[in-house]
Amino acid sequence: MSYYFAILSPLDTPLFEHEFGTSKSGGDGQPRFTEQARHLNQFILHSSLDIVEELQWTNGQLYLKVIDKFFQNYISAFVTASNVKFLLLHQPTTSVPTANANANAANGAVVPNTAQAAASSRVNSTSVGANPTSPQTEEAIKNFMNEVYENYVKAIMSPFYKAPNMEIRSPIFRQRVAAAGRKYL
Amino acid sequence: MAANKASRLGEEIWKTRIDKVNAELVVLTYGTIVSQLCKDFDSDYVEVNKQLDKMGYNIGLRLIEDYLAKSNTVRRCSNFKETAEMIAKVGFKIFLNITPTIANWTNDGKQFSLILDENPFADFVELPDDGRAQDELWYSNILCGVLRGALEMVQMQVEAHFISDVLRGNDTTEMRITLIRYIDDELPPEDD
Repeated sequence: MSYYFAILSPLDTPLFEHEFGTSKSGGDGQPRFTEQARHLNQFILHSSLDIVEELQWTNGQLYLKVIDKFFQNYISAFVTASNVKFLLLHQPTTSVPTANANANAANGAVVPNTAQAAASSRVNSTSVGANPTSPQTEEAIKNFMNEVYENYVKAIMSPFYKAPNMEIRSPIFRQRVAAAGRKYL
Repeated sequence: MAANKASRLGEEIWKTRIDKVNAELVVLTYGTIVSQLCKDFDSDYVEVNKQLDKMGYNIGLRLIEDYLAKSNTVRRCSNFKETAEMIAKVGFKIFLNITPTIANWTNDGKQFSLILDENPFADFVELPDDGRAQDELWYSNILCGVLRGALEMVQMQVEAHFISDVLRGNDTTEMRITLIRYIDDELPPEDD
C-alpha cells in the first residue's frame, strides 16, 4: 500500500506533498510507487479536484471519503473550512493472484503492475488499505486527515507563514504528517 | 523568605487585579509585528532585533508605572537579587502569567539569567528557513527592551539580551541580564 498526500490551496496551488507507505501489517512505511507513477500521481490527484468541488457542498462534512478512482488509485478528500483541500491518493498493493484472492477481488479489474506486484508483501485482506472503501479504511483515513488538519492549523498559525498560498516548508509539519501516516495508515 | 512572598504577591495580583486577554490574540499580534518588521527591514534580523528592543524599551518605560501601581510596591528592592525575584515572580507573572526561573548568578551578584520555561509569544512559531533567521533573529527580543526600559525608570541601568532560544533549536530560552550601575539622581540635561 502506497500513499501520496497533497494539500492544495483554494486556488489549487500545491502547498505540500508527501509520499509514504503503509506501516500496518508489517509495512515499512516506504512508498512503492514507480518513478512513472510518481509523476502521474500529481495529475491523478489534480484531476479529482472537479469532483471535490462538486461534492464539498453536498454534505456538511469536512471529510468526503473516497471520491474518485483511477484504475487502482483511490482518492480520499478532506476540505477545510477555508477551502483548502487535503487529498490522499492510496494505491492498494496489487496482490499476486494466488496469494490473496480476497484483496484482488476488492481491487476489481486492475491492470497488474509488475513493479507493484514484485514489491508487494503478503498483506492481509482485512488490513487497512486492502479494501479502500471499507468502513475501517474510511475511519483510518478520517483519523489521519483530522490529525493532519490539527497540525495544519498550527503550521499556518506561524507568523512567518503567509496564508493561504505559501508552500508549507516546515520540517516539523512534515514530521507530524509522517507520524500521522505511521499511526493510522 | 522574599522569594515566597514574591510568588504569593504575583499570584494574588494575577488573580484579582489583572484583565485577561486571549493568549492567541497576543501570539498572533506579536507574531505579526515581528514578521512585518522582518519584511520592512528586508530580513535584516540584526536590525529587527534592535527595533524590537527599542519597542520594548518604550513599553517598559510606561509599564513600570502600571507594575508599581498594581503591585502596590512602595519600597525599593534592597539588592539586585530581590529585583530579580520581583521581575520573575511578580512582573512576568502579572503581565504574561509565566514565572521564569532565575539562574546562573555571577559571584558579584550583578548578572543573572531568566530561563523561560514557556514563552507565550512563541506558540506556533517557526522561524523562517532562510538559513539566517536561526542564527540571527531573537524572536522575543521585545522582552529585553521591556526590562531595560522598566528598570531604567527605577534607577537601574541594565543590559539584557537573549543567549538561547528554543525556537533556534536550543534546549532552553534564556535571557541574560546584567546590572551596569544604579543611576544616581541627575540633573536633567539642559536645553540647548
